Amino acid sequence: MLEVTGLRVAYGGIQAVRSITFHVNEGETVALIGANGAGKTTTLKAISRMIGIAGGDVHFCGEKIVGIAPHDIIRKGIALVPEGRGVFPRLTVLENLRMGAFLRDDKDGIAADTERMYGYFPRLKERADQLAGTLSGGEQQMLAIARALMSRPKMLLLDEPSMGLAPIMVQKIFEVVRNVAAAGMTILLIEQNAKLALESSQRAYVLESGEITLNGESAALLHDPKVRAAYLGE
Amino acid sequence: MDISLHQLLQQFPQQVVNGLVQGSIYALVALGYTMVYGIMGLINFAHGEVVMIGTLVAITVTGLLAAAGMPVGIAGLCGLVISILSCMAIGWSLERVAYRPLRGSPRLTPLITAIGMSIVLQNLAMILWGRNYMTFPPLLPKVNFEFAGAYFTLVQVVIVLLSALMMSGLVLLVYRTKLGMAMRATAQNPEVASLMGVNINRVISAAFVIGSALAAVAGVMVGSYYEVAHYQMGFVLGLKAFTAAVLGGIGNLVGAMVGGILLGLIEALGAGYIGYFTGDFLGSHYQDIFAFAVLIVVLMFKPSGLFGEKTGDRA
Ligand SMILES: Nc1ncnc2c1ncn2[C@@H]1O[C@H](COP(=O)(O)OP(=O)(O)O)[C@@H](O)[C@H]1O
Ligand SMILES: [Mg+2]
Repeated sequence: MLEVTGLRVAYGGIQAVRSITFHVNEGETVALIGANGAGKTTTLKAISRMIGIAGGDVHFCGEKIVGIAPHDIIRKGIALVPEGRGVFPRLTVLENLRMGAFLRDDKDGIAADTERMYGYFPRLKERADQLAGTLSGGEQQMLAIARALMSRPKMLLLDEPSMGLAPIMVQKIFEVVRNVAAAGMTILLIEQNAKLALESSQRAYVLESGEITLNGESAALLHDPKVRAAYLGE
Repeated sequence: MDISLHQLLQQFPQQVVNGLVQGSIYALVALGYTMVYGIMGLINFAHGEVVMIGTLVAITVTGLLAAAGMPVGIAGLCGLVISILSCMAIGWSLERVAYRPLRGSPRLTPLITAIGMSIVLQNLAMILWGRNYMTFPPLLPKVNFEFAGAYFTLVQVVIVLLSALMMSGLVLLVYRTKLGMAMRATAQNPEVASLMGVNINRVISAAFVIGSALAAVAGVMVGSYYEVAHYQMGFVLGLKAFTAAVLGGIGNLVGAMVGGILLGLIEALGAGYIGYFTGDFLGSHYQDIFAFAVLIVVLMFKPSGLFGEKTGDRA
C-alpha cells in the first residue's frame, strides 16, 4: 500500500535519511524503530510532504505522491499523528475532531465517527468542550489519534505515540491502536520504545543514523540479539 | 484658568461619543492588522494605505455616479461596494505579490517589504488622485441628535452601528464557520492544519481579503466623518490602528476591537482635557501624542497587550 524507495532527506548539507527503502502492505501494522535522532520523524514528514526530499520515491496505493501539495496528502487517505501530538491548543476537543474531518461534508457520518471516537476514548467525550491545550499529555495523544481517524483514512502514520506519557496512559493508547489495527487499518508506527512497537506490529524496520540496518517479522526481531542489545536494554 | 471643572465635566459625554465613533473606526482597521498577524506573524504596515485607497475609490465612484444624476445616497452605497471590492483585490494582490514569495524568510524581510508596499501604494494613490485634499461628498442627511448632554450626527450613529455589525459578522465567521475554524487552526499550527487538508495559502488570502474589506468600510467611514481625504491619510490612521491592535494584544480579535474603542476614548478624552491639565500649555491639537504614548507604554510594560496570551503564542 505504501512503498518508499531510496528515500533521501537532507537538512542543509546534513543527510538525515540516506536512501531508505521499505513498504507497508494493506492491513498491516509496520513499526519503524530507532534511537533518538535516527531519522524517524524526518521519514514521516517526507512521506506526508511536510518537508522536501533530496531523492527517492514514495508511492501510495500505486500512485506517486512525491509531487503533491501537503494539504492533499489527507485526500489520498493518509493521516498523520505528528510527533508531540500537535493538537490545536485553543480549539476545543470537539473542534479538533472537526478539524480532522475538515475535508468531509457528510454531517451524519461525522457525527457518527465523533461518537465512535468517544467510544475509543471516553475521556474525550467528558472534555468535548474544553480547550485542547488544557488536556494532559495522554489526553492530547488520544485526541491527536482520534482527530487523524476522523478523516476516515486508509492509512495511519503514528509518530511516537508513547512519547513522554505515563505507562498506564501508554497502555490505554496502544490498546486503541491495536483495536484500530484489528479493525483493518493499515498503520506505520514509529517508536523509540522498541519493545512496545515490536509487540504491536507484524513487521518492523530498524533505522540507525538514517539507514535501515535490520528488518523482519516483529516477533523475530524481539528475540534478535542485536535488537535486544541495542533497543531492549539487554 | 477660566474654565471651571464643572464645564469640563459637562463636556464628558460629548468626548465619550467622539471617542466611540473614532474608536469604532480604529477597531475595524485594527482587525485587519490582527488577523494577518495572528495567522502568519506579519505586521502588514501597508494596511493603512488600503484604508486610504478605500476612501479615495469611494469618493471617485460616488462623485461620478452622483454627477451622472444618481441620488447621492445610492451613489454612496455603490461607492462603498466598489471600494470594498477594490480593497479586497488590493489586499489579495499584496499578499500574492509582496508577501507570499517571502514566506520562510527572516522576519525582518517581510516587515521591510510591508513598509515598501506602503510607500508604493501611497505613491500610486498620489499619481491617480493627485496631491490635493479631496472633499468627501456628504452621504447622509445632516441630522443631529441629543442624548444625555451629548450631541451626535446621523453619520456618527451609522458609523458606530455599522462597525458593531461588521465586528459581529467577523466574530460569527471566525467562531461559527468552517473557514473560521481553519483560520484559527492555521494560526495555532499551520503545519498540522495543512495535514488536516487546509490549504494554508487560501486561509492567508482569506485573512487579507477580509481584513481589506473591513479597511474599505473604515475608509468610507473616515471619509464621511471628516469629509476630506488625502493620499497620505492612511499612514497615521494605520499607525493608530496598529497601536490599538497592540493595546488589545496583537493576534487577538476581541483585543483589536476593545483596543480600538479604548484608543478612541483615550484620544478623545485626552484631547478634551489636555489643555486643562497642562494649564493650556498643550492644546487639543496634541491629540496624536496619546496614541503613541499608549503604544510606548504598552510595549514597555505589557507587550502582549490586554488580551494577549503569553508571548510566542499567537492568535
Ligand atoms: N529541522 C531540522 N533542521 C536540521 N536538522 C534536523 C531538523 N530536524 C531534524 N534534524 C536532524 O535530523 C536527524 C534526524 O532527526 P529526526 O528525524 O527528528 O529523528 P527521530 O525522529 O528519529 O528522533 C537528527 O540528526 C536531527 O538532529
Ligand atoms: Mg522523532
